[in-house]
Amino acid sequence: MSNDNTNKGIDRRGALECMLWAGTGVLWTLNGGVPKSSQLLGIETAQAAEKAAAGFSFLQISDSHVGFNKPANPDALGTLKEAIGKVNGLLAKPAFMIHTGDITHLSKPGQFDDAEKVIGEAKLDVHYVPGEHDLIDENNGKAYLDRFGKNTKGSGWYSFDAGGAHFIGLVNVANLKAGGMGSLGDEQLAWLADDLKGKPTSTPVVVFAHIPLWTISADWGWGTEDSARALALLKRFGSVTVLNGHIHQLMQKVEGNVTFHTAMSTAFPQPAPGTAASPGPMLVPAEKLRTLLGLTSVEVRRGKRALAITDSPLAVS
Amino acid sequence: MRNLTKRHRSRVWRRYRALFIAAALAAVSTLPVRAADMEVTIDNFAFTPKELTAKAGTTIVFRNRDDIPHSVVGSKGEFHSKALDTDESFSFTFAKAGSYAYSCGLHPRMQGRIVVTP
Repeated sequence: MSNDNTNKGIDRRGALECMLWAGTGVLWTLNGGVPKSSQLLGIETAQAAEKAAAGFSFLQISDSHVGFNKPANPDALGTLKEAIGKVNGLLAKPAFMIHTGDITHLSKPGQFDDAEKVIGEAKLDVHYVPGEHDLIDENNGKAYLDRFGKNTKGSGWYSFDAGGAHFIGLVNVANLKAGGMGSLGDEQLAWLADDLKGKPTSTPVVVFAHIPLWTISADWGWGTEDSARALALLKRFGSVTVLNGHIHQLMQKVEGNVTFHTAMSTAFPQPAPGTAASPGPMLVPAEKLRTLLGLTSVEVRRGKRALAITDSPLAVS
Repeated sequence: MRNLTKRHRSRVWRRYRALFIAAALAAVSTLPVRAADMEVTIDNFAFTPKELTAKAGTTIVFRNRDDIPHSVVGSKGEFHSKALDTDESFSFTFAKAGSYAYSCGLHPRMQGRIVVTP
């Protein structure tokens, strides 16, 4: 079963299929600044590795929620282990991994320890950004910054260059204001403007943050209040890829030169916007979880506005 | 016999009733004045009731019944719970009259209000 959503948003059926998946990571490949993504599980591993061999690749994992043990997935650490097992099965080693937040469920030291131990088994550099679940220790995020805040600014934002692309990790889960959604804040936006100053517009830019940088559902807080200010700073670049987590399902949108993509969780799925009373964990039959894992490839072709998304489940239940 | 006894008992009760009541009132008045606890529950990313009116001195218990942690943060920093995991609760005694807006520190779209009357 293949679901080609070329040049349109993910449809309801696609979203419903996607949200049944868990326990995966996304492999991103940069071929001359053209990012592609594919699911990591099963026989597609070899294909993904082939793609990786052709260019520069990195991985995105998200929302591992280590410590979560509720009915939607009684063993979130176990599914994270499975995802890392898939990473280790790749033929071509990715250059590094990014984790787009909600590493832990409750910011507890033991949860951070478990997450680092399991993720460390991939033996890759990991570039983290925090989710709101990572900043709920008693000192408002000190536990996260003590571990992952080295060489970062403010609440943990930073940038680095790799494979000819410029990578920017943003934090939109700190100092949230009542009634609002995610927030970057003036200090971070000023830093971003400075960080991008003088960069050639031909440099592919990859921005990653926990909460989506476009509004998927205002009611559910799935968006970032001041993301438009960040996107205005990125507008002059020819290729911008925005990678987020938080919503535990695949969503994609293209706007001008910017491709927005959200990753699945390795812990539990969440409902598509408006299909449930709340965005909380979604319970699916246990036997369905792994039969609904699959491959998603995302391709952004330079010089074209068209975006191709192909979702291919590994098994049909 | 039985009737007599009953009558006797009721006579005793009438005689001492006033005393019993006075004693009971005295016992109550020695306790600190405290309104009964009231509860706000958290279900499906919402505080229920969204607005709650209580008398000054009332202790409000906020109980999280979601599978996702939430917190309770007063808009002026009057109170601030830790992240409440499933079935955990946070209590705060509202001593002064006023209107207290609050939200969830993790999900700021979740908002509520406690109106405290004198």
